[in-house]
Amino acid sequence: MLRLLSIEFHKLKNNKAAKVLSLIYFLLFSAIALFASIRFNFGSIDFRLADQGIFNFPYIWHFNAYFVAFLKLFLAIVIVSMVSSEYTNRTLKQNLIDGLSKKEFILSKFYGVITFALASTLLLFIVSLTLGLIFSDYDEIGIIFSDLEYILAYFLKLVGFFSMCLFFGILLKRSAFALGFLFLIWVFEGIVQLLVKFQAESLDFILDFLPLQAMGNLIVEPLTRLGIVKSTAVQLNSEFTKSYDVEWSAVLIVLGWSFIFIYSSWKLLQKRDL
Amino acid sequence: METILQLKGLSKKFGSLTAVKNLSFDIQKGNVYGILGPNGSGKSTTLGMVLNVVNPTSGSFNWFDGTLNTHEALKKVGAIIESPNFYPSMSAEDNLKLVCKIKGVHSSRINEVLEIVSLLDRKKDHFKSYSLGMKQRLAIASALLNNPEILILDEPTNGLDPQGIHQIREIIKKIASEGMTILLASHLLDEVEKVCTHVVVIRKGVKLYSGPVDEMNATHGFFELKSESNSELKVFLEAHPAIESYEEDDANVIKAILSKPYSAQLLNQESFDKDIVLTHLVQRKETLEEQFLKLTKEQ
Repeated sequence: MLRLLSIEFHKLKNNKAAKVLSLIYFLLFSAIALFASIRFNFGSIDFRLADQGIFNFPYIWHFNAYFVAFLKLFLAIVIVSMVSSEYTNRTLKQNLIDGLSKKEFILSKFYGVITFALASTLLLFIVSLTLGLIFSDYDEIGIIFSDLEYILAYFLKLVGFFSMCLFFGILLKRSAFALGFLFLIWVFEGIVQLLVKFQAESLDFILDFLPLQAMGNLIVEPLTRLGIVKSTAVQLNSEFTKSYDVEWSAVLIVLGWSFIFIYSSWKLLQKRDL
Repeated sequence: METILQLKGLSKKFGSLTAVKNLSFDIQKGNVYGILGPNGSGKSTTLGMVLNVVNPTSGSFNWFDGTLNTHEALKKVGAIIESPNFYPSMSAEDNLKLVCKIKGVHSSRINEVLEIVSLLDRKKDHFKSYSLGMKQRLAIASALLNNPEILILDEPTNGLDPQGIHQIREIIKKIASEGMTILLASHLLDEVEKVCTHVVVIRKGVKLYSGPVDEMNATHGFFELKSESNSELKVFLEAHPAIESYEEDDANVIKAILSKPYSAQLLNQESFDKDIVLTHLVQRKETLEEQFLKLTKEQ
């Protein structure tokens, strides 16, 4: 495993595009956090996002995990290009000739995926912890480290999404096609959702099994949980109850999809003549 | 003798096209093999199959008597195929380091192999800044990194200028003289003739011949003859017991094919005794090219 990881790391270290994109990603990541702590001062309006309670422990875990997940698209580009460039440079062929098995190749890419997801999760943890320690109204240890399942859910969400990117990279061999296909899947899921909602409500359960939807289900939107928003919602609709927990079913479905994507990547590569 | 690679009835179909058909041959340690065949005869597909990048339709192959599975065996093989494939934005040194990691060998030999192909002074430069000849030489360096049991080269001089071709040939000759087993696929016959001890000839995916180069066409060679009166010479040749057949070309040179070994001196003497004075006498064997053309035409 260490050998494969070191092979993949050697490739990434010497890939300019991967380095630049990863850097942008991690900078943006930190910038968003900074942005939230800026105080807006327009004459009479003195507004600071950080003072709205979003950085209170343990809510901050949920809030940050939900919002920075949008940035995963940057890393998705890195993942897709690190797979498809192996095709365009024909280095995949050379790797195999040099004695890497097809299974090892996919595994080394999967370890790359795990590494990216892990690094991103770690950063999320550190940034959230820092912001929380600065702005949170509560700072008891017990409260700080509660609700950490959102961090795990974030990790899983990234692994699932990147595995999907990896699969499309292997399937389509070109970064642009793979990213385009990702977009198409997104549109397709949207259409299915509309269809089910308006035409066949009894098929509701299918939605939870769509890959992107399943990844989205991992971390439920946190906005309506926020104090002010929630009190408004309850006023409007006294029966407003919503579960914000990380559901086991969503975890299992995403794990299932990750496995399917990685396994099919391997099978696909095995069947192909290069 | 140690068998390095054994092909048993290997076939590959691409749709309705049969690229390789029921191909069997063995590669023994210490020999230099040439796979000969016109363009599109299935050479690269065959190599692709034994190198784990093309899936055979049927048949099988064994590396090192089947003691290792294919990808483990390939770590002990050095191979380059068609164009050199490396990571464009990595330096030569980094590319070779990666190959070392894949093959599981120490990176201490990098400078040594770069020296062999005279690229040592360019090792820090990006691969994409290399000329085709340099890329091809880097590929050879990469194939030598693990001190391979066998070196497989697929069209190593393709697309190179005369100087580049010469450099690659010198490198191959040098490696061959050190006793390394080499498998060289090429359609350039003089390339193969200069270094190979054994040949495998394939055409349209079918094996026509495999064995030592000099047994490829079991002939005893021929004489090229010319005299002032070719008609008398022909009568003499007709009656000669060692001459199988003869033909005259446009330049009035007669090519007399031998049916058994015979010396040029004796033939010269005999013809002189019959008052035929030869103006031209050459004894030689057919070149690989002539043998190859004959072999591929016969089928």
